Amino acid sequence: MSAQYPLAIEATGLVKTFGETRAVDGVDLAVRTGSVYGVLGPNGAGKTTTIRMLATLLRPDAGEARVMGHDIVTESDAVRSVVSLTGQIASVDEDLTGRENLVLLARLLGFGWSDARARATELLEAFGLEEASAKLVKHYSGGMRRRLDIAASIVVTQPLMFLDEPTTGLDPRSRNQVWDIVRALVAEGTTILLCTQYLDEADQLADGIAVIDHGKVIAEGTPGQLKASVGGGALRVRLLDPEQRPEAERVISNELGTVHLEADPAALSVSCADADRAAHAIAELSRAGVRVADFSLGQPSLDEVFMALTGHPAEEEPQDEAATQEEQAA
Amino acid sequence: MSTPPTTRAQARPEAELEAVRKALSSAPRPARSSGLQAGLAFGWRGMLKIRHVPEQLLDVTITPVLFTLMFTYMYGGAISGSTSEYLQFILPGTLAMSVLFTTVYSGVALNTDMTKGVVDRFRTLPIWRPAPLFGAVLGDCVRYAVAGSVVVLVGVILGYSPGGGVGGVLLAMLLVVVFAFGLSWVFTTVGLMMRTPQAVMNGGFMALFPLLFISNAFVPPETLPSALEAFVDVNPISQVVTAARGLMDGTSEFGDVALVLGLAALLTAVFAPLTMRLYRTRG
Repeated sequence: MSAQYPLAIEATGLVKTFGETRAVDGVDLAVRTGSVYGVLGPNGAGKTTTIRMLATLLRPDAGEARVMGHDIVTESDAVRSVVSLTGQIASVDEDLTGRENLVLLARLLGFGWSDARARATELLEAFGLEEASAKLVKHYSGGMRRRLDIAASIVVTQPLMFLDEPTTGLDPRSRNQVWDIVRALVAEGTTILLCTQYLDEADQLADGIAVIDHGKVIAEGTPGQLKASVGGGALRVRLLDPEQRPEAERVISNELGTVHLEADPAALSVSCADADRAAHAIAELSRAGVRVADFSLGQPSLDEVFMALTGHPAEEEPQDEAATQEEQAA
Repeated sequence: MSTPPTTRAQARPEAELEAVRKALSSAPRPARSSGLQAGLAFGWRGMLKIRHVPEQLLDVTITPVLFTLMFTYMYGGAISGSTSEYLQFILPGTLAMSVLFTTVYSGVALNTDMTKGVVDRFRTLPIWRPAPLFGAVLGDCVRYAVAGSVVVLVGVILGYSPGGGVGGVLLAMLLVVVFAFGLSWVFTTVGLMMRTPQAVMNGGFMALFPLLFISNAFVPPETLPSALEAFVDVNPISQVVTAARGLMDGTSEFGDVALVLGLAALLTAVFAPLTMRLYRTRG
């Protein structure tokens, strides 16, 4: 399949408006088959609307997209036979039990009754839900519900899976479980389009990332490229004694160039991507008698990337409440 | 936000992950389900919901009992001179009323369903597209049958004796359920156009009340002012009651029954595609 469709998703100029709000305003995406592609952005940025168009739930107002080679408007039936969706609000029936949900989906996907029951049992065991299998889903915890949701998405393993904010609202343990499941999916060759508002989630899982804000892709690349685009890495040094900062600044700027003095009176940073040169600078500090509390050399975090790209932090609540509500109502 | 590395201790044990991998790779790919299989699966979903919350059948059981009792004993003497005679007249009417009121439920249920994430999953499955709707309405027919049976049971307890025998009663119930199937599509359409389940409920009952009461269900239309009588004569609910009454009394005419079946087919032909269209395009 990967040979047949090198691009699992190919979207150009997707637009969707709700009333006055342009929820998606010209989104281009190219997702390689077999990869995890992260769509990163704050609430209301247009992530869910984009996924809903690609999953044939919404018809785009403009632009076009092909999913596994099938046009999402004219060949929507073919698209549905190669995708599965795990939506932002859990896409399982909370008035049924976990087992009933899986048996129902297996029946809908063409299994006979006994095969459907066997498949449900296998998935319940694999996802650690066998004890809760006879409980109504409305009594499940957030983590269990999410695991059932993903299990429901792989009753039949589709080549492409949409995961819309799979860990929003989960505790760290459940989040790690979901991440491991996603990695297992990828190892089996599933292509995943992952929408998330968590930068570390995209960093952990995605091979490629599109940063989306106000319905537009504002940056695209590998996590590394995105970080590099904000200026490579940085050496951060914190001193034991703030009094020594002028001396430290002189030493480091000799070695590495212009030093940035941070708000913390004992801290300073300098842009530097080379570990050898950074180590040399630290050694020079020591030789000059400047006592260092700690130092780090690293790429900028995706938080910094987002800040640099959009001018506002990723966690910021959406300014346009209406856009979020439209998106949720949709 | 920092990015703590995922350590082995936090991760799921390897054995469990192995089970997930196995479940993934062992996934069979059966042939696409037929429309019938998918529709029946959705009907099964409806049955499961009744099984988990049987109380939801209360409205289709208690209301018909109340209707039958109230009408028989309150109006029996006034309208027919005796309750037993009136019972013979109105039981087909209460049967139709109880079942047809229940059709509003189809719209309410669909409207409620649409607010849930699971509908998104259904709509992205490779299945016959109308299956979720046909399955749900088929499942609702079970409710209609329950409501109808309750009315007949209460009637028999009160002394109703059908001239058309058991067969006539069963055919009348079947006819009313078939018409209810058609009428359900009106309310699923309404259910997809209204914003809240409450609005569907109110709108549905508001439309059904005059249709049901200004019919020949409870009074002989000859006693009505002529304008009203004219309305009663063309009211489709009157056609349903007339046909059901004929079957139950054993005096049925083929034309009456055929007309009701035709009406059911017409409602389905117009409103089922409309429902489908709204279901497909809604958000």
